[in-house]
Amino acid sequence: MIERRPWLNVLSHFVLCAGVLVTALPIWITFVASTHPADSLMSGRAPLWPGAHLFENYATVLDSGLRAAGSVPVGMMMWNSLIMALMIAVGKIVISIIAAFGIVYFRFPLRRTCFWLIFVTLMLPVEVRILPTFGVVASLEMLNSYWGLSVPLIASATATFLFRQFFLTVPEELAEAARIDGAGPLKFLFDILLPLSRTNIAALFVILFIFGWNQYLWPLLVTTDESFYTIVVGIQRMLAVDDAEPAWHLIMATTMLAMLPPVLVVICMQRLFIKGLIEQEK
Amino acid sequence: MEKRVVFSGRWVPVLLLAPQVTITLVFFIWPASQALYQSVLLEDAFGLSRKFVWLDNFRILFADPLYLDSFGRTAFFSSVTAALSLGLALVLAVMADRVIKGTALYRTFLIWPYAVAPAVAGVLWFFMFNPSIGTLTYLLRFLGYQWNHYLNGTDAMALIILAASWKQVSYNFLFFLAGLQAIPRSLVEAAAIDGAGPFKRFRTIIFPLLSPTTFFLLVVNIVYAFFDTFGIVHAITSGGPAQATTILVYKVYSDGFIGLDLGGSAAQSVILMAVVIALTVFQFRYIERKVAY
Repeated sequence: MIERRPWLNVLSHFVLCAGVLVTALPIWITFVASTHPADSLMSGRAPLWPGAHLFENYATVLDSGLRAAGSVPVGMMMWNSLIMALMIAVGKIVISIIAAFGIVYFRFPLRRTCFWLIFVTLMLPVEVRILPTFGVVASLEMLNSYWGLSVPLIASATATFLFRQFFLTVPEELAEAARIDGAGPLKFLFDILLPLSRTNIAALFVILFIFGWNQYLWPLLVTTDESFYTIVVGIQRMLAVDDAEPAWHLIMATTMLAMLPPVLVVICMQRLFIKGLIEQEK
Repeated sequence: MEKRVVFSGRWVPVLLLAPQVTITLVFFIWPASQALYQSVLLEDAFGLSRKFVWLDNFRILFADPLYLDSFGRTAFFSSVTAALSLGLALVLAVMADRVIKGTALYRTFLIWPYAVAPAVAGVLWFFMFNPSIGTLTYLLRFLGYQWNHYLNGTDAMALIILAASWKQVSYNFLFFLAGLQAIPRSLVEAAAIDGAGPFKRFRTIIFPLLSPTTFFLLVVNIVYAFFDTFGIVHAITSGGPAQATTILVYKVYSDGFIGLDLGGSAAQSVILMAVVIALTVFQFRYIERKVAY
């Protein structure tokens, strides 16, 4: 704020409020639709004010899902999503930390090669190599399993880089002191390096949890058995019913449930989220 | 930068790196080389016979009007999405940086779409624009426009652009806001004392100082529009109507998994890999040289 310009202030607040409203509009309409019985979403236009079937609809989807679309209970899909997101987040963090530790604190032949090997993965998102990756996972018999859902997404150059950069800023004296006191590498890792990286790990966890929960293409390919459907993929299967108007009230309730965990994570851990996001992209 | 103090041990580092290197080799390097290999083969859908055809797959692709169309469509889609989401995010960030009260509150309410999966974002907009019951369709009909993205390719394209930009604004907003808050106040104040008004200050000081952020976001947004929007397209339009929303990454999927044209899909994968690698290298080359000031 440099000088007094009341009109510009009013304009700023106005623009921001408009932005917030446009951002929230889809959610409001979705929420409203999820509280109505099926027949009020059949024709005409979607209502703008919540109806009375909130608990009924959510209980239906959580408990039995959409039978007509041959789908499984949403509770189960959320459980699958949760397992997948946690496996991806924890797995990525663990293997990146130990790989970064190995690269920063040791000298060994092929160190550079390993580093570059990891670096290339930065450039190969799963979308560009879907068919062959699918082939590998199929031949390892990992289709329709939690391992197949998460392991191929676990290797990540970004997390390894983040930890490498962070380890490089840790003062040399700490490693020196640890060595003089007779601590081996693993003791140094667990007792000094990990406690120092606590906030970095937490921030990264927030980002990776969202990344894992929101995976779409990969679960779509690896899960043919519906008991392994994740919720984001499940919604698409509900929409794709043939010859019928989709059951909007239940789909919208499922959509709300699919958004809830990651959105809560972002809002409740905003500080960590922003830190993780901005540092990851440096 | 290297550490002076290191630990000794021959097998410890090997064990430490083994998990990541193994996964990288098995799920990244091997499939990528498979894609390269398959892209020069002609194979029938059952894998019974294969023939080495050099670069025929690529030649066929670039002679295929459908593929060229898809290229153009992807370029259009990603530039409009990037422009829309960057523009809106910049306006919002400048406003949020200006106001004294409520920056944190506005930020909270603006950033959460980041957490919404692209496919879910697609479903949200799909519902609002549903031709029979959508709220916005109703509004448009009232204004005299018959919206129907099932039949009209332009409507379908507009729908995926809206959904993709809506989701990306929050990400851009955060980075722009961080960039704006890092600009030294003294520069802006000095300009104000010299009599530059808010718009002139933005044009001559703030925007140039923000250019590294803008450039970084531009690359990120193009990558996002190229690859992460698969969920939006697959969930709401399935590339239709009449291929109107078949962007490249969707075409790789549909040619490979639905059309079972393995060589063609692999060739498309290779082209996409080249695009990603080019974008990444471009970013690493230029991000260091603080763009324009």
